[in-house]
Amino acid sequence: MTAPAPGADARRITLTVNGRRHDVEVETRLTLADCLRHGLGLTGTHLGCEHGVCGACTVLVDGRSARSCLMLAVQANGAAITTVEGLAASDGTLHPLQQAFQAHHGLQCGFCTPGMLITLIEFLGDHPDPDAAAVREAIGGNLCRCTGYQGIVAATLDAARRMRAAP
Amino acid sequence: MSEGLIGRRLPRLEDPALLTGRGRFVDDIHIPGTLEAAFVRSPHPHARITRVDATAARRHPGVHAVYAYADLAPHLTANLIPADNRHLAFEANSRPPVLPVDEVCFVGEAVAIVVADSRYVAEDALALVEVDYDPVPGVSDCRAALAPGAPLAHLGAADNVVKTFQTAFGDCDAAFAGAPHVATISLKQHRGSAHSIEGRGVLARPDPVEDRLTVWSSTQGSHRVRNTLVELLRLDEDRVRVIVPDVGGAFGAKHIVYPEEVIVALAARLLGRPVKWIEDRREHFLAAVQERDQYWELEVAADRDGRLRGIRGRMIHDQGAYTLLGMNVPLNASLAMPGPYLLPAYQLDVTVVATNRVGVIPVRGAGYPEGVFAMERVMDSLARDLGLDRAEVRRRNLIPPERIPFDLPLKSRDGTVTRYDSGDFPLCQAKALAAADYAGFPARQETARAEGRYRGIGLANAVKITGRGPFETAIVRIGPSGKVTVHTGAMPMGQGTVTSFAQICADVLGLAPEDVTVVAGDTATVSLGIGGFGSRQTVNAGSSLLLAAREVRAKALAVGALVLEAAAEDLELRGGAVWIKGTDRQLPFAEIARALGGGVGYARPKDVSPGLEATGNFMPPDVTYGNACHVVEVEVDVGTGAVQILRYVVVNDSGKLINPMIVEGQIIGGVAHGIGNALFEWMGYDEGGQPLTTNFGEYLLPTAPVVPEIEIHHVVTPSTVNPLGVKGVGEAGVIPAAAAIIAAVENALEPFGVTLAEAPISPGRLVELMAAGRS
Amino acid sequence: MKPPPFRYHDPGSLDEAVALLATLENAKLLAGGQSLMPMLNMRFVQPDHVIDLNRITGLAHIRESAARIEIGAMTRQRDLEFSDLIRCRCPLMREALLQVGHRQTRNRGTIGGSLCHLDPAAELPMVAAALEADIQVASRRGTRTLPMADFPAFYMTPAIEPDEIVTGLGFTPWPEGHGAAFVEFARRPGDFAVVGVAALLDLDGAGCIRRAAIALGGVGQGPVRWSRGEDLLQGEAATDDTLRAAAESCRGVAAMGDAQASADYRRHLAGVLAGRALRAARDRARRVP
Repeated sequence: MTAPAPGADARRITLTVNGRRHDVEVETRLTLADCLRHGLGLTGTHLGCEHGVCGACTVLVDGRSARSCLMLAVQANGAAITTVEGLAASDGTLHPLQQAFQAHHGLQCGFCTPGMLITLIEFLGDHPDPDAAAVREAIGGNLCRCTGYQGIVAATLDAARRMRAAP
Repeated sequence: MSEGLIGRRLPRLEDPALLTGRGRFVDDIHIPGTLEAAFVRSPHPHARITRVDATAARRHPGVHAVYAYADLAPHLTANLIPADNRHLAFEANSRPPVLPVDEVCFVGEAVAIVVADSRYVAEDALALVEVDYDPVPGVSDCRAALAPGAPLAHLGAADNVVKTFQTAFGDCDAAFAGAPHVATISLKQHRGSAHSIEGRGVLARPDPVEDRLTVWSSTQGSHRVRNTLVELLRLDEDRVRVIVPDVGGAFGAKHIVYPEEVIVALAARLLGRPVKWIEDRREHFLAAVQERDQYWELEVAADRDGRLRGIRGRMIHDQGAYTLLGMNVPLNASLAMPGPYLLPAYQLDVTVVATNRVGVIPVRGAGYPEGVFAMERVMDSLARDLGLDRAEVRRRNLIPPERIPFDLPLKSRDGTVTRYDSGDFPLCQAKALAAADYAGFPARQETARAEGRYRGIGLANAVKITGRGPFETAIVRIGPSGKVTVHTGAMPMGQGTVTSFAQICADVLGLAPEDVTVVAGDTATVSLGIGGFGSRQTVNAGSSLLLAAREVRAKALAVGALVLEAAAEDLELRGGAVWIKGTDRQLPFAEIARALGGGVGYARPKDVSPGLEATGNFMPPDVTYGNACHVVEVEVDVGTGAVQILRYVVVNDSGKLINPMIVEGQIIGGVAHGIGNALFEWMGYDEGGQPLTTNFGEYLLPTAPVVPEIEIHHVVTPSTVNPLGVKGVGEAGVIPAAAAIIAAVENALEPFGVTLAEAPISPGRLVELMAAGRS
Repeated sequence: MKPPPFRYHDPGSLDEAVALLATLENAKLLAGGQSLMPMLNMRFVQPDHVIDLNRITGLAHIRESAARIEIGAMTRQRDLEFSDLIRCRCPLMREALLQVGHRQTRNRGTIGGSLCHLDPAAELPMVAAALEADIQVASRRGTRTLPMADFPAFYMTPAIEPDEIVTGLGFTPWPEGHGAAFVEFARRPGDFAVVGVAALLDLDGAGCIRRAAIALGGVGQGPVRWSRGEDLLQGEAATDDTLRAAAESCRGVAAMGDAQASADYRRHLAGVLAGRALRAARDRARRVP
């Protein structure tokens, strides 16, 4: 589904996703989101609008959050990418933020959740002790239609506490 | 018996997969060889199609097929999506075609499907499909559509009136004759979309070996999709399996069966390969259903003390181009209006109008937000006109608890009397006012005004029909593995259904919720299914599940008593086994399942039916009504017109709560949706029906910074019409929200002489109204 | 919603980039991608070639030299947001940046991209207009600079040739002690502004306005320097009345209306927000003899 069409402009790229190296050939117009989802089978990254507003496709590119629908896969050549699949520990233990999302009902349908988690992981790195207003601003670029955001905010504040206690 | 699982805030079983990227939404399903589809869609609100030529598109490398009406017609039993709601039957020509023959009636209407190696290539080929359109005048505003000589939404129609009906009771003439107070009120409510963050999507896989078709669809009704495919593609029920994978929100937009689902399934059969179509956001804006365009013209008669004597008037409802679910939305809106109030006489004449916009069916709330908005605006106008407090006017009109159950002399959709089975409306309002410190508000308002800040408070009450039957199946099945599985036609789409159901089942069977597997949305496991809409699933399927689990429990106890040679009352269910209380003697479910499964040599009671399983088909004798009171405090920046919600209090009565955390999540999400309806979500169309807001930069969903913390208090009056005592809660939060918010904004702007009669209201509009009020 | 086919080029140097741009037909430059990528996904633009500027070294920098601040076009909005130099020497830009999109978009979005996209309500073009920045442009024919006042040609279109690339901007920061404020009204935090105002005030020891700048966004086809208001401030005592008169004059700006906001409302907001911006700038300014 993501193999380049015959004659299409294509490149071979290398992505390191969640610590694992992938060499793939992609059409140059393929978005990073589609490359992750359909090229690498990492379907945790979701597409909700494909015009850079909903934030569901947010991933970390070299440690910085980015909307993967607004990047071409070729632009990520050589980059280290973190997706929602890479947040839990290798033994399956959920990240404190993931645990807090469950404890505080920070998700319902779960479709926006990967983008929320990735955005907040970066945010908590910069702001280990945020208040609720700062959390709301941090996820101002991530749309959720189910939760009214309240559980997400509560979860983030709780995760920040847990992470400060056990860095 | 009870392990006390009902009523507990247990973490959701759904979460671990969704939190780690292991959810499986329809676009996450990868079947080798799958082709991907895109649709050619009408750029015109209204046009004749004079020619479709797909020659160039078909020649495009990577394109496997292009199908327009003429290509698919021979394979369809009919070119109309079947009517789903036969109540208040509607004109046949307002059902949508699978593909249009020669006329398109809204922007975004699918004209042809392109199937290609990838969505990228499919979109490339869209531009190569030549469609000759002959644009004809379209009509956008439903009031304009009623004017003499207005363009017709459908060529050949006599006019744009789809249907007229009246909702009425009491003697309005008598109520108005000699009424000390009569006022008129005109209201406008505008359309919005559902905008689940996951759009619609469908994947169809034909199996030529067995001549079967498996369809994964992001839908609110697996069986509805299956039945439609069976009917239109002339297939046997057992040849079509519809599976609903994880659904990324729905909110009404996935309730009906859409042409796309039929076309993709047919394309897969014709091509002999899996075909997938994933709705993108622009398609959701154009072609997924919307709701709420209504114009109300009301006359209200009241006594001087604010007690209602009667309400009469007219409502014009924009139905869009097609009628996909009967008169469901306008009918509900008309039925919702009396709400929790004693209304002696009521007469609403409803005109349902066809326009060249996408069709209307319920978007979270299903007409109730509109009816409640109308009634609550009436209440506030009464208070203003009669110099009464807004909460006091409401209190005087609320149905007192001693009159519950209360029969409203209205026939509901299924022809039965509308009976509020339970509830305490004055208590809810009183609790909400206390929680929001309504009494202290005038002082807060005065302090703010002294600082040049404009604060307002608003309240709204609502009653919502929930739990519509006739049933929803739940099957509890324990096989030789000893594992407990629940199968149901109910449809999870984010509401925590799996967890709530696991709690119900585990509570009866003495298990932990994680020991119960809930399989929902698969036509292969349950023969009947109705689906997820109208706040009905916990009431119906939850009750069915309770009954089925109790039956399984009884069977297990019967076998246990026989095998363990103990009296049933000495037995208990715990950890997947039947135990003799206070001993270490037990019989595992697996053994019982083998016994009841016909295992040779096993002891089994003669009067116990085969299988450690049971099917529940609870048929609620009546619907059940939830209610809520919302109180909102806002501050309006009178320079910009921006509204900030400072405080939001909900008192909600949804009967007994299975998992309060989940219930509160439903309410908060609904309130957020209502904030959108009140302040942000405006689906613009020009006069001819061309949509003006087709992306998330133009159509504004509420974001985290504009949604406040929602404070929730519960009142629990158990439903009397189901064994769980529950009422539906999926729509509860949205229904009074816009009414309460608009009231608060109006209250804040009282010094400017502003009255509000519309939703949504934008900052620019508020500035305009303030300027008009000043002059 | 998938990008149309194009040929992708990722030159490693500016020379290579201008050479490509000079020779390729129907080419689009890709900077941070926060505007071009949505337009590609929606197929509003269908270029034959996309020239990605992200691998060019030497276009991402923030530095001060000879009393000027120079910013490379490919500098990410995030790097400007976190720059001590910008925070200390150009508080207007810092305040504006915090209202540009969201964390994820600022991580990718560039100042050059924002200037070239030239959305009428975008924050950074307003800032550049208020600061009277010079825009640096390169092509195979050489380099040139043009003042920000001349940069907008018409709606969302900069006055540069098809073979030219914006490489950076430079401006003289306002003197120590000046007051700056960027005030906008957006429907939701992070949205494009409906209207925004950038205000700069420099006060003398007596509290009189030595110099003033007002830039308005979201009203005209591009950022508007509002000289009528500046003239009302110049040399006057920075009293509430003076500021109010200047702010009210902003209601006279020619404004566009659209489905989101009427022209009247945009003019109204220009007046209201200019008042807030001027008062904030005045309150933040120190009197410097």
